[in-house]
Amino acid sequence: MSDNLVFRFDVQGNDFTSAGQASVQVKKNLRQLGLDADTIRRVSIAMYEGEINMVIHAGGGVAEVIVSEDYIEIILEDRGPGIKDIDQAMQAGYSTATETIRSLGFGAGMGLPNMKKNTDSMEITSTIDVGTRIVMRVML
Amino acid sequence: MKISKMQELLDADVLCCEENLGKHVYSAFGCDLMSDVLAYVTDQAVLLTGLVNPQVIRTALMMDMTCIIFVRTKKPNDEMIQLAKEHGIVMMSTAMTLYTACGTLYSNGLIGTKEVGK
Ligand SMILES: Nc1ncnc2c1ncn2[C@@H]1O[C@H](COP(=O)(O)OP(=O)(O)O)[C@@H](O)[C@H]1O
Ligand SMILES: [Mg+2]
Repeated sequence: MSDNLVFRFDVQGNDFTSAGQASVQVKKNLRQLGLDADTIRRVSIAMYEGEINMVIHAGGGVAEVIVSEDYIEIILEDRGPGIKDIDQAMQAGYSTATETIRSLGFGAGMGLPNMKKNTDSMEITSTIDVGTRIVMRVML
Repeated sequence: MKISKMQELLDADVLCCEENLGKHVYSAFGCDLMSDVLAYVTDQAVLLTGLVNPQVIRTALMMDMTCIIFVRTKKPNDEMIQLAKEHGIVMMSTAMTLYTACGTLYSNGLIGTKEVGK
């Protein structure tokens, strides 16, 4: 469809101070579009967890949010180390985060399951030493 | 519970958004782990935490929380205050520990955020 809205963000890696800025901006944009609070919240949680992951696990990446008539799609793409075992990474509590990350309030291994829980579909493609691409959809 | 009531009970300093002290919160969540906030908070609760960094405010924002209370006299920096202001999030700082602050609010009738599976 030609009238899809697309928001695109460069997510800086290893800059924890700014981690989450893209998600804050997306939340603002979605509020301006007048979408319902529950939908915005689900998108916000999924994107924020994914954005934090790109910062702490992959050295940054690109985030794209597409708003169409029927759904909101969140695409997160990075050139990080990749995920060896996606099934394992999806398990609640599984995390390779460092102690430093934990002291900052993240790294409990809840991110990927939480992203799945808050979206209607989620697809992960990942190649070791190449990167990770996550596509999530929330239906409107 | 009115935010102003929480401020009284915790003898807290208001750091920003005084104009929203008249708003109500209906439950509370206390922890230093933002992953848990993102995974378990289901309603528009107040967040009590001993962690101070910009992600605390962004997390609260993602969860539509309207108030953050920092315990053990911790104070966010100007940049964090600016971010909270922009979104109308009331921030306060109390000398109490996390346990005591949560207990004080709970014993005055403010329940915890809905527990998963209940
Ligand atoms: N973008 C990514 N690039 C590389 N590895 C990732 C990425 N996202 C997640 N992972 C891996 O999956 C694990 C689980 O992720 P998650 O559930 O968000 O937990 P946490 O971020 O708390 O560790 C991470 O610890 C990490 O090993
Ligand atoms: Mg994570």
